[in-house]
Amino acid sequence: MTVQDLADSGLFALENEGDEMDREITKCFCCDLLSVAMGRAPSGCAWVTVMGNMNTLAVASLADAACVIMAEGVPLDATAANKAKMQGITVFKTELPIFEAALAIHERLTL
Amino acid sequence: MEAICLTYDISPDDFTRAGEASSDVKKKLKQMGVGPEAIRKVAIAMYEGEINMVIHANGGKIRVEITPEKIVMILDDVGPGIPDVDLAMQAGYSTAPDEVRSLGFGAGMGLPNMKKYTDEMEVETHLGVGTKITMVVNI
Repeated sequence: MTVQDLADSGLFALENEGDEMDREITKCFCCDLLSVAMGRAPSGCAWVTVMGNMNTLAVASLADAACVIMAEGVPLDATAANKAKMQGITVFKTELPIFEAALAIHERLTL
Repeated sequence: MEAICLTYDISPDDFTRAGEASSDVKKKLKQMGVGPEAIRKVAIAMYEGEINMVIHANGGKIRVEITPEKIVMILDDVGPGIPDVDLAMQAGYSTAPDEVRSLGFGAGMGLPNMKKYTDEMEVETHLGVGTKITMVVNI
């Protein structure tokens, strides 16, 4: 499943369309502690989190995540939203809790 | 390809800019055609170093040397130094203040992550003088 496929699935609202919509999603990853995400987020993952500051976007970019999903209806703050645009990082948003959002992605990845 | 050197000044206490140097290195390595796994290792290790400099060391300087065989990152600061390097290298040990933790950092994973994602890492530190960390990622 590519990032574009995830966008087309209608599971989540697209907050920012990034530069790599044709990127293949390798895994789903859940973590709110950036220190841990930095070391553990797999390359090409769909990262589900409620941590919406601009450092989340820096970690997503540097750890090479395919996209970020903001769960529980938590928004990106204004600086982070701007950084997502500047850096071309795809960000989705959903009212779903982290587990349910991740499960929905996982189910599509294992179809 | 000849050796290419990049240098960056890291601003103290500015979390909005932390990661800019690492992002720039990532972009340049990509333009040079370096493989994605080496780029990811460099990006993660250097970003952790940048964050540490912002949190603990009043900023500092980073020099990156790129050759066809390897990428060397030298992180130099004039911060307080690390009293016990072995302890600081343990995952989960942290002296970061609460405001840093509220941003999602400060979980004591910085130095362990730097070691995990590099092929060589050396820490030279002197209390009250500063810390120099040299990290190598082989291409």
